Amino acid sequence: MTHSLDDLVEHGHIVICCGTGGVGKTTSAAVLALEGARNGRHAVVVTIDPAKRLAHALGLAALSNTPHEIDRALWDGDGEAAPTGRLAAMMLDTKSTFDTLVSRYAETPEQAARILQNRFYRNISGALSGTQEYMAMEKLHELHEDGGYDLIVVDTPPSRHALDFLDAPQRLMRLLDNHVFRLLMMPTRAYLRVASVAVQVFLRTISKVVGTEVVEDVVAFFRAFEGMEQGFRERAGRVIELLADEGTRFVLVTTPRRDAVQEAEFFAQRLGETGIDVDALIVNRVHPRFGDESPEGLRSRAVELAARAGTTDEPAIKSAGSRLASLYDNLADFQEISEREGHHLAGVQERVGSAEIAHVAFLANDVHDFDGLRAVGRLLFEGSKGRE
Amino acid sequence: MELTRFCSTSRVVIVAGKGGVGKTTTTAALALAAARAGMSVLILEVEGKSGLSAAFGRPQLTYAETELAPRIRARTLTPDQALLDYLQGHGLRRISKRLVNTGALDVVATAVPGMKDILVLGKVKQLDLDRVADLILLDAPAAGHAVSFLLSPRGLLDAVRMGPIRKQASDVIDMLSDPARCQVMLVTIPEETPVNELVDTAFAIEDRVGVKLGPVVVNGCYPQVDVVESGSDIQHDAELADVFVSPREAHDLARAAEFRARRQELQASEADRLADLLPLPQVRLPFLFHAELGPDEIDVLADAFTAGIEALPVA
Repeated sequence: MTHSLDDLVEHGHIVICCGTGGVGKTTSAAVLALEGARNGRHAVVVTIDPAKRLAHALGLAALSNTPHEIDRALWDGDGEAAPTGRLAAMMLDTKSTFDTLVSRYAETPEQAARILQNRFYRNISGALSGTQEYMAMEKLHELHEDGGYDLIVVDTPPSRHALDFLDAPQRLMRLLDNHVFRLLMMPTRAYLRVASVAVQVFLRTISKVVGTEVVEDVVAFFRAFEGMEQGFRERAGRVIELLADEGTRFVLVTTPRRDAVQEAEFFAQRLGETGIDVDALIVNRVHPRFGDESPEGLRSRAVELAARAGTTDEPAIKSAGSRLASLYDNLADFQEISEREGHHLAGVQERVGSAEIAHVAFLANDVHDFDGLRAVGRLLFEGSKGRE
Repeated sequence: MELTRFCSTSRVVIVAGKGGVGKTTTTAALALAAARAGMSVLILEVEGKSGLSAAFGRPQLTYAETELAPRIRARTLTPDQALLDYLQGHGLRRISKRLVNTGALDVVATAVPGMKDILVLGKVKQLDLDRVADLILLDAPAAGHAVSFLLSPRGLLDAVRMGPIRKQASDVIDMLSDPARCQVMLVTIPEETPVNELVDTAFAIEDRVGVKLGPVVVNGCYPQVDVVESGSDIQHDAELADVFVSPREAHDLARAAEFRARRQELQASEADRLADLLPLPQVRLPFLFHAELGPDEIDVLADAFTAGIEALPVA
């Protein structure tokens, strides 16, 4: 079951914007939340790494752990929004989200403190690939449970692979489950007795490569974490359930560039394998199309005009001819790129099936205020009407 | 500056920039330009899925070297493989497979931030010391910010106080801080946000990493076509040239010309703004209207790259 963009901002509860880096995910997420608020919903957008000026427009000066409500006068300049609409935004703070999670599941404050101070933990919470994705999903879960929002729009991190966030909860569990390192959780002297000779050699090798301090940090972390895995595991399970929930909608964002489209196609396929449909496809930075002449026809017209201009000695006729030739060449350039973009998009459009497809043409300026977001909103919501 | 002179400035060039700005395009153009000048080139890819080999009309890259074109070889570098090589080179062959297969590498890599980056950069350093080519090009990871990738050895020196990995990190720092061995070439497109991000990255690299910054590549520049004034009176020109242009076609021609003129203007002003913000020479590469990156396009880009370098004053 797929839904149109209108339906998505009017009735969706959670909207996840995914796609590869540099395709305008953050902007699209902000636009969807803004449209939701204009439709009278209590909306929040969770951004990951917004460009500075957009962050500034959303009132996001720093990372935060809680959404901040945006003054209505700022986002509803024309006063046309439904009176019940509210808009909030936040910029995900991965580390403090993780810290909160640890504090919640620790059995005692001392256990929490031991983990929070551990160097290995600090590396996990700051740098482990997948942590940011996991925390984005965790934050989503929290806003869903206690936030009181009708519409939660989440931007996903610009991962190497656009779908890292789907695997993130499991990946963290795998790390915590690693059997070699579970051996390390035994008291230092005991593990030397219990662990097989092979494991001892193995551990000594790791110490040799990275130094004993690192291994000690890891040991201390796993020991401190003892007893908390269950809580984490259950939480990860609930996050995964939420992703599959009826009210959760997926919006795939791409550009018509070949590499971005290939990534989007792969992503749609992976979502499909997980039993999730893409509800809408937003294609940003589409080159405009001017008329329907074929590029080949226009190009040969240009060649012909240039050749004719070459045969005359009359300067005015010569320059008029070459001016026209370059105009035809230019139009041919755009028809060519437009055809190629259409060709790239064909596969992913087929892959997303009945999902609504919205194209956003190249914008003259980058989007960094509510007027800009609204302009994109118009292109998305009004421009997409009447398309097949 | 002569191209050969530029290509001999430093043996390793790290091509960096955010996803989608044309790192692969730049890498291919520089590789071909250098190869034409008679140099042997080795391209190293960290992610192995950039489409570089496809652009040269060759199959997907592997850890083993393949030839992409005369004098241009390429291979991938993965942290896992680099670790295996490293351990095997240090007499720890038996343990190495296990370290990777049990997932222990993930745990170790988490314990030591930047470990995977160090393994990759360490391998680059080794290839440089082994003089495997006249010029080594590293297509840096797209999503991992260039800054954290390049800062990884310094971070590692803080985290690991002894052992061979620490030695590896300080060897990598030696390579990064020697301009005769290594420079970073940043790539962007002439648009507002990518330009702002490139400037931030450049200052962070200069202040915190201390690696030499080469010229900035501004990719995707519309080839300059003077269509602005001629857009104004198409029918008059048609009369002069004695050809028929339908009103509808004249309209399309005018709109396309206006769009081109506006984007050319925006791009020029962004490139100028970049030059004001960042005192580094620029090399501009053209936007490809006619086809995706393929052997013919790499040819065109290599010409543009060479022309761009040759237009630079001798440093």
